[in-house]
Amino acid sequence: MGLTNRSVGTHAVDQGLCVQRTADYDKVIALAGNPNVGKSTVFNGLTGLHQHTGNWPGKTVSNALGRCRYEEEGYILVDIPGTYSLMAHSAEEEVARNFICFGEPDAIVVVCDATCLERNLNLVLQAVETGRRVIVCVNLLDEAKRKGIEIDLSLLSERLKLPVVGVVARRKKDLRQLLSTLHETLQTPPEEASPLPVYPIAVESALARLVPLLDRYRCGGLNSRFVALKLLEQDDTLTAEITRYLGRDWLQDDALQAALADALCDLKTAGITPDTFKDQLVATIVKTAEQLCRGVVTRRRSEYDTADRRIDRLLTGRRFGYPLMLTLLAVVFWLTISGANIPSQWLSTALFWVQDRLSDLFYLLGAPEWLHGAIVLGAYRVLAWVVSVMLPPMAIFFPLFTLLEDVGYLPRIAYNLDHVFLRCRACGKQALTMSMGFGCNAAGVVGARIIDSPRERLLAILTNNFVPCNGRFPTLIAVLTMFFIGTAGNALDSVLAALLLTILIVLGILITFGVTKLLSRTILKGVPSSFTLEMPPYRKPQIGRVIVRSLFDRTLFVLGRAAAVAAPAGLLIWILANVTVGQINLLQHCATFLDPFARLMGLDGVILIAFILGFPANEIVVPIMIMTYMAQGSLTQLENLGAMRELFVSNGWTWQTAVSMLLFTLLHWPCSTTLMTVKKETGSVKWTLLAFLLPTIIGILGCMIFTALFT
Amino acid sequence: MDTRMGLHELAVGQRAIVETLHMTGGMRRRLLDIGLVEQTTVECVGKAPSGDPIAFSVRGAVIALRGEDCRRVEVRRL
Repeated sequence: MGLTNRSVGTHAVDQGLCVQRTADYDKVIALAGNPNVGKSTVFNGLTGLHQHTGNWPGKTVSNALGRCRYEEEGYILVDIPGTYSLMAHSAEEEVARNFICFGEPDAIVVVCDATCLERNLNLVLQAVETGRRVIVCVNLLDEAKRKGIEIDLSLLSERLKLPVVGVVARRKKDLRQLLSTLHETLQTPPEEASPLPVYPIAVESALARLVPLLDRYRCGGLNSRFVALKLLEQDDTLTAEITRYLGRDWLQDDALQAALADALCDLKTAGITPDTFKDQLVATIVKTAEQLCRGVVTRRRSEYDTADRRIDRLLTGRRFGYPLMLTLLAVVFWLTISGANIPSQWLSTALFWVQDRLSDLFYLLGAPEWLHGAIVLGAYRVLAWVVSVMLPPMAIFFPLFTLLEDVGYLPRIAYNLDHVFLRCRACGKQALTMSMGFGCNAAGVVGARIIDSPRERLLAILTNNFVPCNGRFPTLIAVLTMFFIGTAGNALDSVLAALLLTILIVLGILITFGVTKLLSRTILKGVPSSFTLEMPPYRKPQIGRVIVRSLFDRTLFVLGRAAAVAAPAGLLIWILANVTVGQINLLQHCATFLDPFARLMGLDGVILIAFILGFPANEIVVPIMIMTYMAQGSLTQLENLGAMRELFVSNGWTWQTAVSMLLFTLLHWPCSTTLMTVKKETGSVKWTLLAFLLPTIIGILGCMIFTALFT
Repeated sequence: MDTRMGLHELAVGQRAIVETLHMTGGMRRRLLDIGLVEQTTVECVGKAPSGDPIAFSVRGAVIALRGEDCRRVEVRRL
């Protein structure tokens, strides 16, 4: 799951999957595959949708739907989370397995990575076992070629008795080939059954006891052999799903239960316990895949990944691993800050010019003053401010971040940091969820599904808010620039700003570690579970596409969200700022009430009320502050940061206020969307409350301590 | 010379064959999923800056495992 307008904000809350066939003849196709084999690229190519693609495992954690047409036939494609096997171990894998088994897909396209085909075939074999129609799509042929790996696709197809299509998913031509194969396959009934993995004799005879009985129930299109395997595996979650799917408690059938008991007894006699049973299955599948690949895959060079290893030695090396990570972070910030300055000013000039024209229009039409105030000075101005200040940094940060993602650097961050997380008794993959948090904390919370252990997943969810999301970034940058660096914007200033921002982010990361550790030792006690992380090969990023894609997605998203939240918020704030009770406006009443407490934190009542009203979206915190300050008299035009600084200073801001503001921006309650997502993901009010309280308390205490020490 | 050892003892660049997985439950299934079944050849390809986790090449893919988990994978060095 990456950062797109479909994966962040309210959309991050998984709505569950409901496949609606627009017509009876629509075919439902599941796209399955190991993590990080380019499934999403295939999906996007086929459907024209923009499921975010990235070079790290676990990017897709929930099903995504798309449609396409071929030869008058409608297809509904379902991009399911990447999974190594159908023996679900984690929440995302369960999503994948349940869709394949119970989503009644007309076919499963298993996307395989040509550079490690053998392991990918494990999933193909398991998919075949379920009894669904399977089409093998061998992706990343170009990458394999570069590494000197050759694959005999027709031999593979002959051995598997399945259609096999080799593709480079970025090429439209290849995807058309895949569609035509899909089309042909679904037009004709299967000619020959695919050979299935043959298990050790004891397992096979146990299966033989059950299969004839199960055949009678015609398990909803599921292969009886597959259901028998699952019964013997005593996979309770799956058998419960099967029962629910078939609609009655057919497993309780006496004959079946008796046969099952006999079969289990036989296995026991043969020395196969429930524990070793799964081993036998997996080992058989792995060996079968190995045999299938013999002669199909040829490696021309034994040293096929020297370049990758060399890069890894640098990026994850003892000497340069950590420094390079910090440098990269700082460079990304520097490019963002120095690049965003000028477009920000342009946008602001343009949007405020439009505001003046809007004002002219209102006067021309003789609109009442309150209407002009509410619409133009309220809704429009907040919208304009949010767009001009938020948009440019994001339009630079996201493509840069996406590039790092595309190249394959993110898993290396998790790899580098895992040891620290281990000491906090957490999982290194938490680093991936934190990276996602930079974009949107709600997306980070959902992304925590990539962590298998429920305890470690909770840790990641509860601490995600300590990395600032896109709504808070520009605020941090603006305050840093206004108070700690000249607003003239020369090169050295932006370097300094980037460094300060890096320090602030590192502080957030350190707090993440601290809180994770604290939780691990108190209410979320436990030992760290095991950890496996696949490190994908480095890939040449498709720079043009990355920039266009992330810019476009981001731009639309930020604008959409700005309009959806900022404009009505602006309206509300204008009303609060202009409805007076006893000579003072409502906003001021609230601010005055909060002021004594806010002073303890080094803030003032206005800032605190802005944070509170900014609960729906952090983007609007600064506009609320500006509006409240401006309602107190000085009606300056805020065309640049310099003017804003003056407004703040005239309202009593000092450098200490700015530091407290920075701290509280980094450390305060998550926005409403993130909290809703936490509720959805944890299913618990208690954890949601904790996700609210943790950063809030730390933020309030942090600001208070800073204020006590430095004023 | 006894070449049996824990997977964590493998130096970068060394190869080994997996003999026994001394573990049960989730971790065992994870390792089996990525193809680390008995008699599989693995190569240690790198270590994280702190020496842990350790990266191995298994069946064409690079997988990082924690030293603690590697300890319970018995291998025969090649």
